[in-house]
Amino acid sequence: MEKFKTLISSVVPLPIENVDTDQIIPARFLKAIDKEGFGDNLFADWRYQKDGTPKSDFVLNNPTYTGSILVAGKNFGSGSSREHAAWALGGYGFKVVVSSFFADIFKNNALNNGILPVVVSPEFLNDIFKAVKKNPKTTLTVNLQDQVITNNANKVAETFEINAYKKECLLNGLDDIDYLLSKKELIEEFERKRSPLNPPRGTLGEC
Amino acid sequence: MTANKQQISPLGGRGARRTTLFDKIWDAHVVSIIENGPTQLYIDRHFCHEVTSPQAFNGLRARGLKVFRPELTTMTADHNIPTIDQDKPVKDPISRHQLETFAKNAKEFNMPIYYPLGHIKNGIVHVIGPENGFTQPGMTIVCGDSHTSTHGAFGTIAFGIGTSEVEMVLATQCILQTRPKTMRITFNGKLKPGVTSKDLALYMISKLTTGGATGYFVEYAGEAIRNMTMEERMTVCNLSIEMGARGGLIAPDETTFNYVKGREFAPKGEEWDEKLAYWKTLKSDDDAVFDMELTFDASEIEPMITYGTNPGMGMRISDSIPTLDEVDEAGRISFQKSLDYMGFAPGEKLLGKSIDYVFLGSCTNGRIEDFRLFANYVKGKKKAKNVTAWLVPGSWKVRKQIEEEGLDKILEDAGFAIRQPGCSACLAMNDDKVPAGKYAVSTSNRNFEGRQGPGTRTILAGPLIAAAAAVSGKIIMP
Ligand code: SF4
Repeated sequence: MEKFKTLISSVVPLPIENVDTDQIIPARFLKAIDKEGFGDNLFADWRYQKDGTPKSDFVLNNPTYTGSILVAGKNFGSGSSREHAAWALGGYGFKVVVSSFFADIFKNNALNNGILPVVVSPEFLNDIFKAVKKNPKTTLTVNLQDQVITNNANKVAETFEINAYKKECLLNGLDDIDYLLSKKELIEEFERKRSPLNPPRGTLGEC
Repeated sequence: MTANKQQISPLGGRGARRTTLFDKIWDAHVVSIIENGPTQLYIDRHFCHEVTSPQAFNGLRARGLKVFRPELTTMTADHNIPTIDQDKPVKDPISRHQLETFAKNAKEFNMPIYYPLGHIKNGIVHVIGPENGFTQPGMTIVCGDSHTSTHGAFGTIAFGIGTSEVEMVLATQCILQTRPKTMRITFNGKLKPGVTSKDLALYMISKLTTGGATGYFVEYAGEAIRNMTMEERMTVCNLSIEMGARGGLIAPDETTFNYVKGREFAPKGEEWDEKLAYWKTLKSDDDAVFDMELTFDASEIEPMITYGTNPGMGMRISDSIPTLDEVDEAGRISFQKSLDYMGFAPGEKLLGKSIDYVFLGSCTNGRIEDFRLFANYVKGKKKAKNVTAWLVPGSWKVRKQIEEEGLDKILEDAGFAIRQPGCSACLAMNDDKVPAGKYAVSTSNRNFEGRQGPGTRTILAGPLIAAAAAVSGKIIMP
């Protein structure tokens, strides 16, 4: 994974609430067996006509809005647990998603793929939408080290929460599997010591 | 809102006491806690399907790793399979390739529990887990599918994970998780006759909204829950995720033990007795403290349907869709967008509306009891001519039981055909797609835009309302 550095970027605004992962990447695109290429189908049903031509009224097709920060309405990423949603956002080039609320599984999936979900207050979110409407070139600064996000249009800054462990992972470009693999002995010890009443260690049925 | 909402314990229940059922199971699975970070949790059972696992197996390959505890993973092909002609080669080359990759991974990594297409134990992950006794009280269970919460009906901590986490479980039998907060939702009183557990769940989600339980793990309690069969409980726990909860669980009781007993992977003999004694201790203490408690009166619940594009947009079947004035100002644009998509108007009634498709199936309502309810209702009636009905059992075992009970005859006489098991129109990855603009009454779990195929309009409901819609061609009170 790439290390996360302080990001200054213009934004792509998506002022819609409850954007679920079926919208981020519709199920028919989940047939792939690797992680590549999902960016092309990000928001496919909102982005393309049936015949594959771009819908001009969707924000990703509007050249006015560019940048690696997606700003979305509250409860972003609800629904299916598909990690493909994170791959699609990352594949498209987003490094940060800003919203006033994220669904749990999505948040984890994003972090596991080096995408930073930033939770801001509803007012802060609203101000971004307003500022971008006025000036599409508005930028945000996302400083992970200090956990601060700044709206450069009005210079208002807000701190955001992130789990300390996840922050270290992102800053150093490490993932959870690297960490868990370093704990193998602990896992084996847990298996040896746990109560025999606890769930079975592999009675194999008839399979 | 009739719920009696009470925020308890400013400590967020994270003080010294950990006495809820959730806490007991969680604590028994903690391998380590990372300072200022997540908990390393041991996983007892991992369910795995073809769509969210290939990248995880690729990851293992890239790192040169083996599967750490292969016998603790159950593999079944379900999401992306046809529901007819399963004995023939899968037509769609990309789907076929995904299934072949799944088979290749099972073989290469020596996975002993692998149920490919047509296998008698094949079916939807969350149906075959309980059915074969993989799911047992007190376990931690994960799967790369958000409706893993289904298994919570047995008193387990069960939740959906992403593909990176699938890789973690395959590599180490552990995942890293932040401890969720706990919530208890109590349903006092009895459900009225003709009201199903699906109605109860849709009612609850409409009260809490799709994000209302985010960050929480829910325990369901109360008379109405106790009175439910295991299959009904599974439907409730299944839908926990639709209000944002990490998962939902129900303390195991005699109903649970009777269900588990004798199933293939369930403990036997002396081991059964020991386990049973332990399972009986799995409940929240009387003085357990939850981070949030909600109470509902089950006897107030009526048959429910959804009218919008998320499961929280539900109402009594006889109600009218809310008017714009009744919606929060901030949510009006999304609300209107959703109704535009559905082709409905604010304030409109849906009773009497024509529909085009009926889908009975999915891990929410694709079990034998759902087929019994449906068959019982359509018995002696005829399928409406304007309706296309897909009846998709959750597993081969369910399908076999349908035949053993003679339900197939009843359904055939009424003009219905039973398909082969799979997720089917729940997510429409296969050919079971509802055409754009058509209305589908669906017993599945999600009415998102395009969930059942691009441009389709999904109305979620229980099996009874689906049956009534299938024979009348309309939304009617069953
Ligand atoms: S039936 Fe639907 S929700 Fe259930 S496992 Fe399949 S796709 Fe997931």
